[in-house]
Amino acid sequence: MSDQTLPETEAPGIRQARPGRLTSLLHGSETLRGLSLLSPTLLFMSIMILLPFAILLVMSFWTPVGFEFDTTPTLNNYREAMERPIYGALLERSLRMSGIATVATVILCYPMAYYVAFHVHRNKMMWIVLMTLPFWTSYLLRVFAWKVVLGYEGVINSALISVGVIEKPLEFLLYSQSAVIITLAHAWAAFAILPLYVSLEKIDRSLLEAATDLGDGPVMRFLRVTLPLSLPGVISASLLIFIPTTGDYITPALLGGPDGAMIGNLIQKQFGPINDWPMGATLSIILMLAIAFICAVFILLTLFVRKRIS
Amino acid sequence: MSSDTYIKRPNRPLQLYAVIFLIALYAPVLFLPLFSFNDSLYVRFPLKEFTFKWYVELFQREPVWNALMNSVRIGVVVAVLSTAMGIFAAKAITRYRIPGRGTLVGFIMLPLVVPLIIFGVALLVLLSQLGVPLSLYTVAIGHMIICLPFSVATLIPRFEGFDRAIEEASADLGENAWWTFWRVTFPMVFPGVVASLMLTFTVSFDEFIMAFFLSGTQPTLPMYIWGQLRFPQEFPSILALASMIIAMSFVLVFLGQWINRGAQPGAVKGHDT
Amino acid sequence: MTEDAFISIRKVDKHFGKVQAIDSVSIEIGHGEFFSLLGSSGCGKTTLLRMLAGFEAPTGGEIFIDGQPMSDVPPHMRPVNMVFQNYAIFPHLNVRDNIAYGLRKQRLSRNRRHDLVEEMLELIKLPGFGDRRANELSGGQRQRIALARALILRPKVLLLDEPLGALDKQLREQMQLELRALQRTVGITFVFVTHDQEEALTLSDRIAVMSQGRVLQLDTPSGLYETPHNREVASFIGTMNFFDAKVSGVNGARVEVEAAGLGRINAPARDRRYVEGESVQIAIRPEKLELTADAPLDSGISVQGSLENAAYLGERSHFFVKLDGLDQPVAVSAQNREGATIGTDATGPVWLNWSEASVVVLTSD
Repeated sequence: MSDQTLPETEAPGIRQARPGRLTSLLHGSETLRGLSLLSPTLLFMSIMILLPFAILLVMSFWTPVGFEFDTTPTLNNYREAMERPIYGALLERSLRMSGIATVATVILCYPMAYYVAFHVHRNKMMWIVLMTLPFWTSYLLRVFAWKVVLGYEGVINSALISVGVIEKPLEFLLYSQSAVIITLAHAWAAFAILPLYVSLEKIDRSLLEAATDLGDGPVMRFLRVTLPLSLPGVISASLLIFIPTTGDYITPALLGGPDGAMIGNLIQKQFGPINDWPMGATLSIILMLAIAFICAVFILLTLFVRKRIS
Repeated sequence: MSSDTYIKRPNRPLQLYAVIFLIALYAPVLFLPLFSFNDSLYVRFPLKEFTFKWYVELFQREPVWNALMNSVRIGVVVAVLSTAMGIFAAKAITRYRIPGRGTLVGFIMLPLVVPLIIFGVALLVLLSQLGVPLSLYTVAIGHMIICLPFSVATLIPRFEGFDRAIEEASADLGENAWWTFWRVTFPMVFPGVVASLMLTFTVSFDEFIMAFFLSGTQPTLPMYIWGQLRFPQEFPSILALASMIIAMSFVLVFLGQWINRGAQPGAVKGHDT
Repeated sequence: MTEDAFISIRKVDKHFGKVQAIDSVSIEIGHGEFFSLLGSSGCGKTTLLRMLAGFEAPTGGEIFIDGQPMSDVPPHMRPVNMVFQNYAIFPHLNVRDNIAYGLRKQRLSRNRRHDLVEEMLELIKLPGFGDRRANELSGGQRQRIALARALILRPKVLLLDEPLGALDKQLREQMQLELRALQRTVGITFVFVTHDQEEALTLSDRIAVMSQGRVLQLDTPSGLYETPHNREVASFIGTMNFFDAKVSGVNGARVEVEAAGLGRINAPARDRRYVEGESVQIAIRPEKLELTADAPLDSGISVQGSLENAAYLGERSHFFVKLDGLDQPVAVSAQNREGATIGTDATGPVWLNWSEASVVVLTSD
C-alpha cells in the first residue's frame, strides 16, 4: 500500500502472558462457557419452579389436621376429587370456557394478523406494537375495565337505557359464563396475534404467486397454501391461550359470579377461606394433568390431520 | 417486489376489519379514563360534569402512596435482576453450542404459558414449608419467575441481530470476555436492555396473581386496587388510579418496544425454539 | 523456506459432533511467509484459520506459534490478529476508535494513540477518515480498516479470512496488489484463506490446497500449477486435460505411458516411482498444447485429431479437438498472435503438439 514501515508501538507485553488455569479450562469447552453464563437463570428457575412443583406434588398426598398436616401419603384427596361432582364439573366447565375463548380468539385474531403480514407495508413495527401493547399492561385493570363495561349499571346497560332501547338493565351481562369468555378472549388477543403473525410473515410470497399462476383464485389459494402453511402459528396461538386461561383466577372472580366460577377460583379457596392446602395442591396437579392431556391430544390430532392432508 | 403486485393489492374489507379490531382492543380500557373524569359516584351514562376531584382525592390517601412505593421498589429490583440474568442467558443461548438448548429455552419460557395461579400456590407451599414469612421479597421472587422469560425473549433477537464475529474481533484484538462484554456486546444490545428493563418493570408493577398469593402485610398497588373493588363508593378513585397506571404502562411499554424496534418481533413466542 | 517453522500445525484434528472438519493436518509456516489455505467451501480452511486465532479448539493435535503451544491460550492472549470475512467493523465506533480498539491495554497517552492511528490511516491510504462512522464506509474502506485495526497491534501473524471476497472484481485485483506490497513492507507472517485459486496464486509464497479436512498438496504457486500431485489439485487449479493411461516402461528420470487418445508417450518421472502396468492419468494444460495444420517435422510428440469447436476470447482462443479413442474433446488454449496458423473459424483435421516437460503423470492415490 505504501512503503512506510509499520508504526512502532510499545511491546505488547500483556499478550505474552500465560493464561490462568480457569481461563484455559473455559477456553477449552464452549459448552462449559455457555452453561456458566446460563447458570444463574437456570439455577433460579429450577429452584423456583421445579422445587415448588415437587413439594406441591408431595403435599397433594397429605391430609390437613387443623393448621398442621398429616404427612402420611394417601390418595384420599384424589379419590375425593373424583367422587365429589363439584370438582369434576368445575374442571369440565373451565376447560370448556377457555376452549371457547381460545377458538374465538384465534378466529378473530387471524384476519388481523393476516392483514398486518400481507397488507401493511409501511410502519409494520408500529402495527405490531399497537396490537400487542395492551397485553403488557395490567391484566387486573383490563378485567376491571370489562366490569365497568358489562356492569349492572355499567357502560352498555346505561348507554342502552339512556338511548331508550331497554328500560331495565340486562342482568345476564355481568356474572355469567359469557362475560368471562368475552373478557378472556379480549384479554389474550394480543398474545395470540404474535405467533399467528410470525407464521404468516414467514410464508414465501412466491408460493402464493405460484398458486395463483397455477390457477387458484384468492379463496382456494388461501385454503390450499396460506392456511396450511400458517398452521404452526394457529397451533401455538391456541396453546398459548388455552393453557393459561384454563387456570385463570381474576376474570371469573371479578366477572363470573357463581355461574362463571372456574377451577382457579376453587384452588384459591382451598388456600384461602377453606384452608385445605393438600386439596388445593391436588386440584392444581389435576388441572396441570388435564391441560397436558388436552394439549397432547390436540397436537397429535393436528399432526395426524396434517399428515393426512399432505 | 413492488407494493402493488397481485398478491399485495389492498383489501378494503380486511382493512376495515383491522380498524374495528384495534378499536375493540382498546375501547374497554379507554372507558376507565373517561369515567375517571366524571363527577358522579356511579359509573354510568349519561356523563355528568368534568372533574379532577377523584385524582386529587387519590393524592391524599396514605395507603395508595405506600402501595405505590412497594410496587415501584419491587418493580425496580425485579427489572434490574431479571434483565441482568436475561443478558447472560440470551448470550449463552445465542452464542454457544449447548446440548439440549431447545429444552432449556422451553423450560425458561414455561412461566409464559403455565397458569400463574399454579406457580403462585406452588411457591406459597414451598415458602411456607421452608418457614419463610411472606413479604415484599417473596413477591419479588414470584415476579422474577414471570419477568425472566420476558427479558430473555426480548434480548435473544438483539443478540441474534448482530454477527458474532464482532465479539470475536474484540477477543482477537486482545480483550478478554469482561472487556469484550462492556466494549462491544453491551453497546450492541443496549436497546434490548432498555426495552427489557421497561417491559419487566411494567409486568412486575402490574402483576396481581403472584402478589395475591405471596404478599405479606404490605400490599402492592394491584393488591390495593383489588381490596378496594369490594367498595362501590371507591369505584371512581380506583378508576382514576387505574387510568394513571394504564397510561404509564402504555408509555413505558411503547417506549421500550420503540427503542428496541430493530429486533424482529415474534420472540415472545415460547414454544418453537 | 521453513528452516525456522514459525507456525507449526501438528496432526491437528477437529470434530463437530460426528463431522470431521479437519483430519490430521500438519503444516509448517515460515517467518514472514505469505501462506494461503485454498479450497472450496466446507473444505476446512476457515476452521483451521479459526483454530489459529483460537476461536475453535482442536480435538486432537497441537498448534505452535513462535515455539509456544497454543491449545490453552484463549484468543485474546494469542500473538495473532485476524481480518474477518465481513471485516467485523464495530458499528457503534468511528474509524479512529475501531483502529485504536486493541490499544487499550497499552495505556498510551492520548496524543501517542492519536498519532499511531493517524500513521495507520496513512499506511492504508485513508488519511482524514478517523471521524467517519463505520456505516459510512465502502467495502474496500472497511477492508483497509480491518487491516489497520489488526496491524496496529504488530501481531506475529496476521490471519485473513477471505478478506477480498466481498469486493467487486476490479477492486479485488487492486487490493491483491496492495495486500502483497503491504505484507512485504511490514514483514509479518500472513495466513490467508481463500477459495479463489487465481487470488491464491497471485499472492502467496506457498499454498496448501485443502479438501474434506485434509491437505491435498502444499507447494509454491508454480509447483501447484505445473506439477499437481493428484487429479483433485490439478482440476481445482486452472483447467486441465486428463487422459487415462498405463505405465508401459520406466527409464530413470522418464516414464513411458500408453495414454488413451495420445498413444505411447514419454513424461518426466519427477522423483516418483512407477511400476510397469500401473494405472495412471496423464494431465496436460491447455496452453501447453499447440495446434498446427500440418504434421510437425519431428513426429515424436504430436497426434492428429479433428477440430470440433472453437471460441474466441479476445487475448486468447479456445479450441476443442476430438481425438480417436476419447469421448471428451481436448481443450487447447492459444494466444491470439499475429500470423496464427489456425483461426477460430477453421475446421477439419489438425495436429496437436506438446513438449515432454509439460506432461504430468498423476497417480490414483
